[in-house]
Amino acid sequence: MVQGEKEDIRIKFSRLRNYIRQPHIIISLVLLLLLLFIVLIPFIKMVKDSFIWHFGDTRLSRSARPGSFTIFHWRRILASQITRNVLLRPLLNSLSTALGVSFFALIIGALLAWLLTRTDLPFRRLLATLAVLPYVIPSYIHALAWLTLFKNDRIGGAVGIFQYFFNLSPPNWLSYGYFPIVLTLSIHYFPYTFLLLSASLSSIDSRLEESGEILGATRSYILRRITFPLVIPALLSSFILTFSRALGIFGTPYFLGSPVRFFTLSTQIYSSITNRIPAAGYILALMLVAISSTVIYINQRIIGRRKGFVTIAGKGFRASLTPLGRLKYPALFLVVALLIISVLLPLVLLVWQTLTLYPGDYSLDNLSLLFWIGRGNTEFAEGEAGILRNPAIIKAAWNSIKLALTAAVLSGFIGIFIGYAVVKGRNTKLANSVEQIFFLPYLVPGIAFGALYLSLFTHRIGPIPALYGTFFLVALVCIAKNLPFTGRAGITAMLQIGNELEEASEIAGARWSTRFRRIILPLSIRGALAGFILVFITVMRELSLIILLVTPKTRTLTTMTFRYQEQGYTQFSSAISVLIVLIVVVGELISRKMGKKSII
Amino acid sequence: MAVVEVRNLTKVFGEVLAVDGISFAVEESNFLILLGPSGCGKTTILRMIAGLEIPTSGEIYIKDRLVFSSKKGIFVPARKRGVGLVFQSYALWPHMTVFENIAFGLKVKRLKPSDIKEKVEKVLDFMKLEGMTNRYPQEMSGGQQQRVALARMLVSAPDIFLMDEPLSNLDAKLRLEMRADIKNLHRETGATTVYVTHDQVEGMTMASEIAVLNHGIIEQLEQPKKVYHLPSSLFVADFIGSPTINKIEGITALAEEGEGIVEIEFENMLLATSYRQISPGRKVMAAIRPENISLVTAPGKNTLQVQVNTVLPAGAETILQVSHSKLQFNILLTRETDLEVGEKINIYLPPEKILIFDRESAELLPNIS
Ligand SMILES: Nc1ncnc2c1ncn2[C@@H]1O[C@H](COP(=O)(O)OP(=O)(O)O)[C@@H](O)[C@H]1O
Ligand SMILES: [Mg+2]
Repeated sequence: MVQGEKEDIRIKFSRLRNYIRQPHIIISLVLLLLLLFIVLIPFIKMVKDSFIWHFGDTRLSRSARPGSFTIFHWRRILASQITRNVLLRPLLNSLSTALGVSFFALIIGALLAWLLTRTDLPFRRLLATLAVLPYVIPSYIHALAWLTLFKNDRIGGAVGIFQYFFNLSPPNWLSYGYFPIVLTLSIHYFPYTFLLLSASLSSIDSRLEESGEILGATRSYILRRITFPLVIPALLSSFILTFSRALGIFGTPYFLGSPVRFFTLSTQIYSSITNRIPAAGYILALMLVAISSTVIYINQRIIGRRKGFVTIAGKGFRASLTPLGRLKYPALFLVVALLIISVLLPLVLLVWQTLTLYPGDYSLDNLSLLFWIGRGNTEFAEGEAGILRNPAIIKAAWNSIKLALTAAVLSGFIGIFIGYAVVKGRNTKLANSVEQIFFLPYLVPGIAFGALYLSLFTHRIGPIPALYGTFFLVALVCIAKNLPFTGRAGITAMLQIGNELEEASEIAGARWSTRFRRIILPLSIRGALAGFILVFITVMRELSLIILLVTPKTRTLTTMTFRYQEQGYTQFSSAISVLIVLIVVVGELISRKMGKKSII
Repeated sequence: MAVVEVRNLTKVFGEVLAVDGISFAVEESNFLILLGPSGCGKTTILRMIAGLEIPTSGEIYIKDRLVFSSKKGIFVPARKRGVGLVFQSYALWPHMTVFENIAFGLKVKRLKPSDIKEKVEKVLDFMKLEGMTNRYPQEMSGGQQQRVALARMLVSAPDIFLMDEPLSNLDAKLRLEMRADIKNLHRETGATTVYVTHDQVEGMTMASEIAVLNHGIIEQLEQPKKVYHLPSSLFVADFIGSPTINKIEGITALAEEGEGIVEIEFENMLLATSYRQISPGRKVMAAIRPENISLVTAPGKNTLQVQVNTVLPAGAETILQVSHSKLQFNILLTRETDLEVGEKINIYLPPEKILIFDRESAELLPNIS
């Protein structure tokens, strides 16, 4: 009897061992453990931290006992006399800017997508390549360029080009706040809509439209009754995704909003945390996560999780194109004008700005290369040297590149493992949970993700040392945030390989490490490279994710831009931005040269 | 000694019962074919033998070594089972040349480079792949890829060859050639082989034994001839043979004359058979192979008058489709004919060629004559 039971347990144990011994099971388990550390624990810690007193809180309330439980912060944010200023107004501002941005981005992007995939507009291929650029360059570039153009003298500091030349102070609504934020962000995000929609438009079987034509329908009737209904899911989806992205954006609302105390949730989080009321920041971050997740959840319901990430292939344009007729050249003019305004103009403005010796003076005799290659002149910017010979900036550039490379390589590598675990264990609960859980960082807006890590890693917990201030922490957040993309790239790559190539090597007698090294890695590395470059570019221009986490030791080009802009050294901030744009555009061009898809 | 033996092997995928408690053994140097329609579990069985899939329950022995047992919690991974497998997709590694593909298994076993070279060249020679060593799989034709896949399996000299529909991606002519090649390969190496196919002609021509599978169970496991002439169930009778076997629904009746020959009553006609011991009134299905029906001039016993519906000349053979009221018959003539569609002819169904199946159980009734 007892003997039998023992036997039973032994068999159960060996069955379990056989199950766990499968490489993809081990990898899945390790990945889930990793995920526990990089997403779930930070999240739980942040929730917990919103319920305790912090050291700075003694300023808020006399009964504050650092470290002990309280619902003070929740009450303060949700139901007190500051609720209006700290929660409601920023929330409303976030929602209304995001709504405006996704609306305009949708209109511009949809029109562009139709013109560049479905009409006989000249230079479509070239224009389609260029149309992605406003999205490739960092979003705050447009904000900085806007300030260069329209900054007025009511806030203090140097004025913009407009006031300099016309001697007319632009009204505040034009210079700061809602209007310019929506405008500049729409310019930044329309390529996103454009990419999603052109993918959808070019995947429509043109026979559907042709059959309409054969039945005698007019072009406009076909457009309204056949094409449009077919792209409605993509339209909706790009609207929602733009909305969720615009919700979490930090740089632009900070640069354009804070001068007139126009706060969004993300800038309010930043200011709470820098004003040393972290719990308030955490609560707002939780709300941002909640809204953003809801929005993305709605999108998934509409379109299915797979398509949340659209892979844009360099597809050839199909033959059935609507002739534009007389409108051909006016349309071309409009598209070119849009691209000039959204790419060329901001860059020219910024470069111009970097060349002005005294800020706000745009005359020719004020031109100087001081901020690029100057040795430093005590009269300007506290004597800091031009960016190309400034050790602090060179260090930051080095940090940026190091960070982007580390994040790209590691998250790309983890992405391959995710792909392996998910594809190999297709349809099992374990694999599905790996796939779903690695999607989570996608739901957390950058600034909130930074806040998560801030709450977890400022103190030592158990065996994990306080990582705040280390390069490792900044790299970790960049890796975690990009896993949804590299994981997706890994899954795609692995699906293309299929299981049998690995199984064939197992039959040939290869152990797992050999199979991985000789078969899986070489075959998936090409696909993973696309994700690699994407992550490199994303991290290179990342601001909201890392702004809360960098310290002087770990600062990057983007955070340097931010600091200089804050201090009013706009020539420096512009010069560094131009440098970032150069690096990012070169990266994008390389990835296109290699014929890689860009995954958004 | 059975080289491969499976006992009560079962595999469940979620809700799907893919393999339902099958047992069989393959003797040394035998060529077993697993034959069945797609989705019946053939690939799954092969993968379980190879060690690529963990069975839900049952046991697998390879050369008398227990490599899987659900009861004892034993699972020997694929790389330690000493089997070779040719995948339906070939699964050649696209980033390796032909040479590297074939040499991989030997490299993994850390053979000396000179030995590897020698062995690889030998199989390349054997598979008529000389001069292709530096090509990549994508640069080769389907037939050549197939040879590389076979060469890759051969080079490690495994105890058992497992092949999963290796010819299904080839065109008809190549398939015929490769079929002969694989048969030669088996004769020369004498390796025990388990071969999966849904093509019954492949099954009939290559196997020393055929296991006909249906919905995860083995319907019949015997020599090809037996399977063809004495199918154990209606499913097997239907699945094997082209054109398909002819079936006549009826009820048994005792013969009036002769010595208790079972007759089948259908549509008020009697069909004599060679069966002797079936009780009258049983619901049965009589079946006869198309080549066993002959054309006769005069009506008589076991003849039917039918109308010609289609004439399909295929070189030396002709397939006729004829009908008698609602009954349809396929007839295979080993000659050409000048029959015309619409013509009325007499056909003869020889009693000794008629098989009788029970309609309820779909099983062949024993004919003790
Ligand atoms: N990995 C799997 N997951 C779920 N179901 C599977 C899997 N592999 C096979 N099946 C199912 O098991 C059954 C048998 O499949 P298979 O062995 O591939 O059949 P065959 O090779 O005879 O065509 C089918 O119904 C198939 O859908
Ligand atoms: Mg199969």
